Amino acid sequence: MKVTALVQGGRQARSPAADMEEPWQQERRARGAWAAGVAALLAIAIAFPWVFTNPTTTSIGVFTLIYMAAATAWNSFAGYSGYIPLGHAVFFGSGAYTLVIAAQDLHIRGGYTVFALVPLAGAVAVAVAVPFGLVALRTRRHTFVVITIAIFFIFQLMAFNLGITQGSSGIPAPTPTWPAATFNDRFYYVALAILVVAAAFSWGIRRSRFGLQLLAIRDDEDRALSLGVRVSRVKLTAFALSALPVGMVGAVWAYFIGQVYPQFAFDPLFDISVALMAFLGGLGTVSGPLLGALILEPLQQYFTLQFSSNALYLVVYGALFLVVILLLPRGIIPTVRDRVASWRERRSGSTALASGPDAAGGVLSSEMAGGGVAGAAGGGAVSPPGPSGPAVRRG
Amino acid sequence: MSSAPLLLVDSACKAFGGVQALSECSVGVEEGTIAGLIGPNGSGKTTLFNVATGYERVDRGEIYFSGRRITRASPDRVFALGLGRTFQLTRIFSRLSVMENMLVASQAGRRGLRSLCTRAGSPGERRRALELLEFVGIARLASKPAGSLSYGQRKLLELAYVLVADPAVILLDEPAGGVNPSLINHIADRIRELNRQGKTFFVVEHNMEFVMSLCHQVTVMHQGTAILTGPPSTVRSDPRVLDAYLGGALEEDPGDGPEGQDGAGSL
Repeated sequence: MKVTALVQGGRQARSPAADMEEPWQQERRARGAWAAGVAALLAIAIAFPWVFTNPTTTSIGVFTLIYMAAATAWNSFAGYSGYIPLGHAVFFGSGAYTLVIAAQDLHIRGGYTVFALVPLAGAVAVAVAVPFGLVALRTRRHTFVVITIAIFFIFQLMAFNLGITQGSSGIPAPTPTWPAATFNDRFYYVALAILVVAAAFSWGIRRSRFGLQLLAIRDDEDRALSLGVRVSRVKLTAFALSALPVGMVGAVWAYFIGQVYPQFAFDPLFDISVALMAFLGGLGTVSGPLLGALILEPLQQYFTLQFSSNALYLVVYGALFLVVILLLPRGIIPTVRDRVASWRERRSGSTALASGPDAAGGVLSSEMAGGGVAGAAGGGAVSPPGPSGPAVRRG
Repeated sequence: MSSAPLLLVDSACKAFGGVQALSECSVGVEEGTIAGLIGPNGSGKTTLFNVATGYERVDRGEIYFSGRRITRASPDRVFALGLGRTFQLTRIFSRLSVMENMLVASQAGRRGLRSLCTRAGSPGERRRALELLEFVGIARLASKPAGSLSYGQRKLLELAYVLVADPAVILLDEPAGGVNPSLINHIADRIRELNRQGKTFFVVEHNMEFVMSLCHQVTVMHQGTAILTGPPSTVRSDPRVLDAYLGGALEEDPGDGPEGQDGAGSL
């Protein structure tokens, strides 16, 4: 704490205007390194199916990308607004059913044309999300969570019982005639494209005017209201937008697995998985859900493949959930970021003693703790950088 | 009152269950003044603020702001019209930085998709926010998380971020509550300075010294009704008020007013 005071003291000496310029310039310098890091991670993601050609591996890759996109989209509402919905499986299922029903009705047999239905699936998910949100967002906190679960089960029941979904017999997706060796790659790249869009979106929201309003709602909704924020509209918009990528990956998933059943399209475990991924990585950060999904989804796939028992991964999930709550209640990214920040503050504090106002460390660390606008570039890594990623890029 | 008041609460009634929080309460705030509102706990001061800013709806009565009826307007609308407020228990966005707190009020202006594509806080907005932080004296904390501020600093931040949108009238709910004496003077000084620049204030406060030295007009509330309005000197010496409120309040605890006494209410 003493060190902080010293750093602050050094900064006070300068005019406040210069103070504000600093994060901006800092950011500009960091931007180059940061963009390079994102590009490198993207290159790795693109090269992945060329390096690991085993269909089992690429299949895990497809599922992982689907969940990374879904967790990111979920977080772009839940993490920023503080509302925790457990009903995004509705959008996933709506997207999945949209693809198979539309393909059936339009007599699309297979091939790339089916992917043209993916945006439609996203649009349907948004259309479902608007009335869903209008009802659920009238409530807050725990009530909101319960309402979203209830609405989710209404949709699952409808999928079981409505004629259009053909009940529990399910609907087959078109069967593409691609060679087995590279079959998964198409799905992989489409899922990757959706993920990139979802992540860019999450990052964009975080630093936008809209995002600041969402964050204000998270901290104190009523106060935001009295500062002119139209909270109902902002919440509903964010909720509907978060449904878009989820609906799209739902469609890709349906095409990939080949048959859509109500209990798998509208799966309560989807919600729990997505929420757990975001919590593990760090709720409200851009990179957190990506990292969380990157850890959990391959783990789940591995367990399913290795032991061909669905129950085992549930036990692991449960155990992991406890570990997260006990050891990393705020998630990996924020915890690591704070560790690095305090380490830096110690280090820059000792140099500040010697060389005066080397305040960069102080400025950055406080922003890391607070997250947000000025620190948005630092706060948001678009691709999963691994635990030490953000720290390295900040330098 | 000669001309129409800038903010006028006209015969407002509001009941919570069986409790009549406001009954036929009429209060006017003249443009360019600092108006005070005093009264024992439970006399309806905060309820009056809440109905004026759209947080509660009156059962009967009307509220006018610069000639416009705002009785049924929502809080965001009321704020957009130029009526800002602070809260009794200071409310800030604790996980945002001080600067981001300042920017919240200026974000709402832009609608829909454009607000999604525009970066939060233009350089102009940041500069203005920093000026206001400097004005209240916490500019050096701009990049700190707001949650790390002391209680008094939070009061100042709350005042500053209401100022961002340049409201014509600011309602302050206990600006001096729980704040050390030197900071109280600082806050009073800032309010006077803003008033000189043309801002109108309406202040709820239990600290009598603060109210009497700051306000041009003081309204006394009791059991949901405004029983008296006048300059501080009059209010201070009015026997009814003295008996009912100030007698107890000035001597000891301003909070535990003479709830049970009914002397003034009957007048």
